[in-house]
Amino acid sequence: MLEKLAQIEKEALESLAAVEDEAALESWRVANIGRSSPVMNVFSQMGGLSKEERPLVGQRANQVKVAIEAAFAEKAAAIKDAALQKSLTGEKLDVTLPGRAFHHGRLHPATQNLRRVLAILAEMGFQVYTSRDVESDEYNFQLLNIPPHHPAREMQDTFYIDTSATDEAEKQVLRTHTSPGQIRAMRQFSAENPDNPPPIRIALPGMCYRFEQITARSEVQFYQVEGLVVGENITLGDLKGTLSEFARRMFGRQAKTRFRADHFPFTEPSAEMDVECFVCGGSGCPVCKKSGWLEILGCGMVHPTVLQNGGYDPARYSGFAFGMGPERQLMLRHKINDIRYIWGNDIRFLEQF
Amino acid sequence: MKLPLSWLQDFVHLSDLEAVDIARLLTMAGMEVEDIQIAGLPMPSRDDHGFKVSGITWDKEKIVVAEISAVNPHPNADRLTLCELFDGQVNHTVLTGAPNLFPFKGLGKLEKPIKVAYAKEGAQIYDGHADGLVLTTLKRAKIRGVESYSMVCSEKELGISEEHEGVIFLDEDAPTGMPLADYMGDAVLEVKINPNMARNANVLGIARELAALTGRELRKPTMDDGQWTDDTVNGLSSLVKIEIANPELNPRFTLGLIRDVEIKPSPYWVQRRLRAAGMRPISNIVDATNYTMLEIGEPLHAFDYDVLVGRVANPSGSVVISTRTAQPGEKLTTLDNVERTLTESNVLVCDSAGPISLAGVMGGAETEVSDKTVNILLEAAAWNFINIRRTANQHNLPSEASFRFSRGVHPDVALDGLKRCLYWMSQWSGGKIAPGIVDNYPLPPKTPVVEITAKDIKRALGVEIPLEKAQELLERLEFACQITNHQLQVTPPPFRMDIGEGIIGKADVMEEIARLYGYDNIPETLMADPLPPQRGNPGLEAENRLRDLLAALGLQEIITHRMTAPEIENRLLPPNSEVSNIEYVKLANAIAPEKRVLRRSLLSSVLNVVERNARLRESLAMFEIGSVYIPNPGQLPDEPRRLSIAITGRRYESAWDTKVGVKVDFYDLKGILEALMDALHLDVTYTPAEHPSFHPGKCAAVVLNGSSLGVFGELHPLVQENYDFVSPVLAAEFDLEAVLAAVPPGYPIRPVSEFPPVLEDIAVIVDEVLPADRVEALIKQTGGKMLESVHLFDVFRSEQIGAGKKSLAYALTYRSYEGTLTDKDAAGIRSRIIKRLENELGAKLRS
Repeated sequence: MLEKLAQIEKEALESLAAVEDEAALESWRVANIGRSSPVMNVFSQMGGLSKEERPLVGQRANQVKVAIEAAFAEKAAAIKDAALQKSLTGEKLDVTLPGRAFHHGRLHPATQNLRRVLAILAEMGFQVYTSRDVESDEYNFQLLNIPPHHPAREMQDTFYIDTSATDEAEKQVLRTHTSPGQIRAMRQFSAENPDNPPPIRIALPGMCYRFEQITARSEVQFYQVEGLVVGENITLGDLKGTLSEFARRMFGRQAKTRFRADHFPFTEPSAEMDVECFVCGGSGCPVCKKSGWLEILGCGMVHPTVLQNGGYDPARYSGFAFGMGPERQLMLRHKINDIRYIWGNDIRFLEQF
Repeated sequence: MKLPLSWLQDFVHLSDLEAVDIARLLTMAGMEVEDIQIAGLPMPSRDDHGFKVSGITWDKEKIVVAEISAVNPHPNADRLTLCELFDGQVNHTVLTGAPNLFPFKGLGKLEKPIKVAYAKEGAQIYDGHADGLVLTTLKRAKIRGVESYSMVCSEKELGISEEHEGVIFLDEDAPTGMPLADYMGDAVLEVKINPNMARNANVLGIARELAALTGRELRKPTMDDGQWTDDTVNGLSSLVKIEIANPELNPRFTLGLIRDVEIKPSPYWVQRRLRAAGMRPISNIVDATNYTMLEIGEPLHAFDYDVLVGRVANPSGSVVISTRTAQPGEKLTTLDNVERTLTESNVLVCDSAGPISLAGVMGGAETEVSDKTVNILLEAAAWNFINIRRTANQHNLPSEASFRFSRGVHPDVALDGLKRCLYWMSQWSGGKIAPGIVDNYPLPPKTPVVEITAKDIKRALGVEIPLEKAQELLERLEFACQITNHQLQVTPPPFRMDIGEGIIGKADVMEEIARLYGYDNIPETLMADPLPPQRGNPGLEAENRLRDLLAALGLQEIITHRMTAPEIENRLLPPNSEVSNIEYVKLANAIAPEKRVLRRSLLSSVLNVVERNARLRESLAMFEIGSVYIPNPGQLPDEPRRLSIAITGRRYESAWDTKVGVKVDFYDLKGILEALMDALHLDVTYTPAEHPSFHPGKCAAVVLNGSSLGVFGELHPLVQENYDFVSPVLAAEFDLEAVLAAVPPGYPIRPVSEFPPVLEDIAVIVDEVLPADRVEALIKQTGGKMLESVHLFDVFRSEQIGAGKKSLAYALTYRSYEGTLTDKDAAGIRSRIIKRLENELGAKLRS
């Protein structure tokens, strides 16, 4: 029996030496360590042995089994390693072939940019207030201190809606700015508590419209974002501080601003905020038309008439407002030289954002 | 407005400042300089000038004042002349072709030499013959056998104006030999005048601002150069009378008379300034009215006095000038020789014979100044700015005068204008100003008094400015100020109409203090006020979430024009469909026929974009979120929000190892919508629907609790043909407000079972017409909570199954939360499911 075991071990190890792949290894395993392998048969024949022989054969059979299993494990590791080495050295992809197209969607660049502006304003406490596109003359102009035939109306070329209204105030227009939302917000909030209206800090985004021909430089519609702050202690200094901070968040901490006097009927004093050109750093380039400054937004202290029209007593409340065109920022940032791309929705344009 | 620096310097000392420094001062104070045109002066010394500067600098050595003593014929050319010219140092013979030197040809030595602008050899000037502004350097050349190396210049060659009809004849007192740049070098600032700055649409106004901004003295023109009162019996007031019918429309009317004028061209310096300011010189008298208007802001009108006298019926009667509104249909031929039909809102200046001028806008032809005019009656008046604006727009007569009157000119300026203009007329025409002025001033404007405290200033501007400092700043702009009891009382000067009363006046004055104090000097602060109640904008947040979901599902967002045309939207219907009379929100002033209404359909907008891009990509998937506009008679239109989606082209993009070309169909779009509804936690059903834009068999409604949120499907083949598409288009349109309103504020999550499932497949044969969702619903209902999922993995038809039948194969997953299910448990559920399918839907188990 002991000799048979020696023979089993010898044959098993010899046949293992010839094994070279996983399939052969598996059949070797079944033949040599499987349930009906010779060594296992020895265990099942143990019952027929004498008392004296049994421990000796048992011990030897175990040794053989362990040896064969160890050899198997070693061989298995070697084959696995060889296969791995073959794969690692033999399989070489052309990694420069293109990947399979994975189609992903995108938001329109104007949406992306609008979100950026609104996110910055939100961090500064400005919450979004939205209002309608078609407005009455009263809300778009009159309540904002732009009476009929006021010269300021020439600053805004207006689309009028064909209605039968004869009363000037009831005539309808496509809003030329989001400022009518200022009146709507102030009236809504002041109505909640007419004797003690709450302070306001809102951002008013929305599509606005100007009667212009569509060219590389002018469009009939554009987004505008306005801001409105009303409170009991709001000053021109607050306007400057808040908007300079906005500019730093929008254009980087190094952004320098300047405020120069301007005119809007619904604010007084009024100003234009310029940001030092982020393309040339202020030394003058085609983007800033050699001025070193980029016009970013118009702003001013809310005109007392407008506060009054919104239900806020100008003797007690003051405020500031500002308005900007986010598409202009988009065009500056991405060097877009034709505004018609924005609403043209050419996939070749949209896919770049 | 174009402002020559030389003119501004009549009133304020500026010669130590560069044009760009002046431009910066004005720009920061609300008078934006849009352009600087240099004509002679040095170019800005710094590179970072910050303004658009163009033009030419005159070399002081090479371009000088010279005098021509004789104009001789050219030996070989009739159209050229040879001028004997002295440049202050040397005599030259200069060849020219200037037509305005021809009359002097061959006259021998001139009695009075002609003063000209002379450019020597090597001087850089503009090429007078080139289109636009092309720099050229004068070089020695032979022209028709005569050597030429220098030039007598036109205005175009010196960059003063476009004028190239002849050379410049300088005024006689121009000092021969002086560098031309020193004599008349200039720079012209183009300044944008905002509506609140109408008072500054003149040289004096801008000079006043500059004086105030720099703290310098304003040298106002004197108005004492005439005898303005005359009490004599035969004085002006006996010759002319003024009657004003409506002082609201005509608050003031003044007249002056100048006799024995000689009509001729104005002095050269006047012509140069007018041209630099953008006006055309005409004659000394007309120029005087324009010059005075540009100088101090009052538009004026000159009548031929003798023509007016001739129109008076009674030879001994006086000229009666009246102002009134026109009769409807009344006619007046204005001095541009256009006969204008008037309406009753137009104001006329009339004499006893009829209208002589369209007030404030344009004079009449009959009474205008001509070459033969000897005596001039000069009008300076004040008009209602709204009325003038209407009239100028109505007759399409924008002019320098109507520009000013339609923005408001203070009536007090009328008298200054009259006196100043009479003075210039007398200077330039040799005329004698008749003593006296006739002034009818029925409605002087109210002068507000604004009271301001130091606290007001701090509250508005956020900076402490002592009242004394505020007073000093305001007085620079000629406000009358007085401090009593810690209150500054401010009275605006009599040329300003932009200062209101009470709290509005306070804001107006505060702006002036801020402008002069300098916006730059106001410290930046952060708001000390409490943060207002935060309200959020749930509607917008929900829309943004929807946008993100759709982009995550692979769709490109688009944003389109809101303006369209009915025929564009009608492409959504098969041709020859009955178009019911759909009302649109119409524009009264559309920019183009294809943009004449506001859209009623968002789907139309999206399909237009898909069409434009159809050939650019193998597949497209797009969506838009936005408003449509539904008219609402007598009120503002409704602006409901919509979501539209369109997909077309290949399901998978082809790659180098895959050449599949399957195109998207109904179920691709449905898959997108299912994913969307799932993400929104909306438990919707899909039911067959009809919609004129969609194929009747490939259209479904998305239904929640019995009401439709939207409709989708494959475009109707006839609609598809209305567009230039490459592949079938699948599209959807949703009522966005209904979708977002249905989104639950929160939703519970099922626990996850730890026990293993029992998996099995069943296939049933049902009638073809039976909707698959009924089979699935019955399986789910019967399976109860042990049935974790049902997945339809095959739909199969064959002869074997039979005509009008289909086989539906489902993979079922059974799982319990309480323990491991046995095959026996599953078999029980399965048999109940099969029994109900057989009994209730007539299904047969497919073996």
